[in-house]
Amino acid sequence: MEALKYEDSYVKSILADVKTIAMVGASTNWNRPSYFAMKYLQTKGYRVIPVNPVVAGQELLGEAVWSSLDEIDEPIDMVDIFRNAKAAGPITDAAIEIGAKVVWMQFGVINHEAAARAEAAGLRVVMDRCPKVEYARLNGELSWNGFNSKVISSKRRKL
Amino acid sequence: MSDNEPGFETLAVHAGGAPDPATGARQTPVYQTTSFVFDDAEHAASLFNLQVPGFIYSRLTNPTVSALEERCAALEGGVGSTAAASGHAAQILALFPLMHPGDEIIAANKLYGGSINQMGHSYRKFSWGAKFVDPDDPENFRRAASDKTKAFFIESLANPGGVVTDMAAIAEIAHDIGVPLIVDNTMATPYLCRPFEHGADIVVHSTTKFLSGNGTAIGGMVVDSGTFDWMQNDKFPSLSKPAPEYHNLTFAETFGELSFTIYGHAIGLRDLGAAQSPMNAFLTLLGIETLPLRMEKHCSNALSVAQHLSNHAAVDWVSYAGLETDKYYALGQRYLPKGAGAVMTVGLKGGYDAGVKLVETVELFSHLANIGDSRSLVIHPASTTHRQLTEEQLSAAGAGAEVVRLSIGIETPADIIADLDQALARANN
Repeated sequence: MEALKYEDSYVKSILADVKTIAMVGASTNWNRPSYFAMKYLQTKGYRVIPVNPVVAGQELLGEAVWSSLDEIDEPIDMVDIFRNAKAAGPITDAAIEIGAKVVWMQFGVINHEAAARAEAAGLRVVMDRCPKVEYARLNGELSWNGFNSKVISSKRRKL
Repeated sequence: MSDNEPGFETLAVHAGGAPDPATGARQTPVYQTTSFVFDDAEHAASLFNLQVPGFIYSRLTNPTVSALEERCAALEGGVGSTAAASGHAAQILALFPLMHPGDEIIAANKLYGGSINQMGHSYRKFSWGAKFVDPDDPENFRRAASDKTKAFFIESLANPGGVVTDMAAIAEIAHDIGVPLIVDNTMATPYLCRPFEHGADIVVHSTTKFLSGNGTAIGGMVVDSGTFDWMQNDKFPSLSKPAPEYHNLTFAETFGELSFTIYGHAIGLRDLGAAQSPMNAFLTLLGIETLPLRMEKHCSNALSVAQHLSNHAAVDWVSYAGLETDKYYALGQRYLPKGAGAVMTVGLKGGYDAGVKLVETVELFSHLANIGDSRSLVIHPASTTHRQLTEEQLSAAGAGAEVVRLSIGIETPADIIADLDQALARANN
């Protein structure tokens, strides 16, 4: 399958505009990928609100866990989907419903139909990426572990 | 930069080498430090849990070394790299995530002699096996493979024989049986050949050679394409199953395409300890800035020398894939269209004695066990680097008694040829 391609400027503008992220499929288990992502995004100043019906009502990294997107009583800028491609369909519809501006599907999660619905409703969409990895890549942190950031610049990066 | 892909020459100068965020230093600083302070206990815990990127200890990561890792990943078109103390260390580090006791690799029998020794003898101490096959027929890899096979290993351009392997065909067979193809790209460098474009999954380098380029620094590199699916079968439990040494974290699931490189640092370098020094990484970064210019000159000089020697009375044959008459010319045109590299082997009519005499009478050439220096180099493998090999291995590796290996430098071509002519005249007497 052809790999999805997003321009750096597109991803950068999403990460710059978004303040509050609802993370659907957030796990309370510290060594699950979603836990890594939530913890990292919090350190970068994002408010991350976890959504997971199995552990709803519990606390995760200082935030209450909600059972569904429509229960959250504050505005959500971006819905980050840690579920499989099939589940991403109805979650995307819920994201449109609550007025989110961005739908982001994690590594391996691709649902073109859902993406088309979101885009038709005016949302921006990213699939098969991780916001943690993209944030680290674009800000030079990924380079610390020997990764190819694909960023070429003679400007001084901010610390 | 814009969203357009930068060219190779731009990457060689800039990739991984943005100005230092702390000081604005334009050249990458040498971070000659063993350790890095933590912000607080929570930051330390997050770093050790691999939850945030950052520096802990230079055995794992170091800012100067990571700059080199990123540059090599960019030049190869890979997702990430792990630097190693040497090319040999890189080979072990590349296999470490894949192998368990009893597992084996299938490797080309036309490899650098040091690699054949490492794989054929020292790997046995880890209970790793290595089967060597003739890569001229790619199907030999399939015939040799078993359910214990975890990788195929070839050189894009073999040292010293000038052998070019049909990488795409071997990659296809590797993928048929569900294992990665590892390519040693030392002799070609990514300027001449980018193995990931031909189906390879992992590239290893001795950066000691053309990448550093001036004969200053020993080093190695493992570059991952990020495209091999470690979860596709049960062959690679270190990556696809919960890792007890990391609280049952599953690398391939947590880090996706980055998992092989994270494993290389977090477990490979942590436990094998063969990290590259910041000073060597700095010297290699400097070298890579001029890699495209040097490789062009290496190749044009080498072609002139090969053409001259192939008509020389004291020379029986020249093995260099840049010669139209060479057995590997067609494969060379396909995989190395910009040039066949700097290294060739030459068969002397005077045999073993002529080889020994030649290395003793050259003046401009340096007689030493390296390749890829800006200086022209010569060695007689049968009496030096390949001394430990059997007669059969010597001839398979293209290093028989009459063979000398030349690594052509970037001097004035007429001076290189004149030195060889005077030495050949004396070696023939």
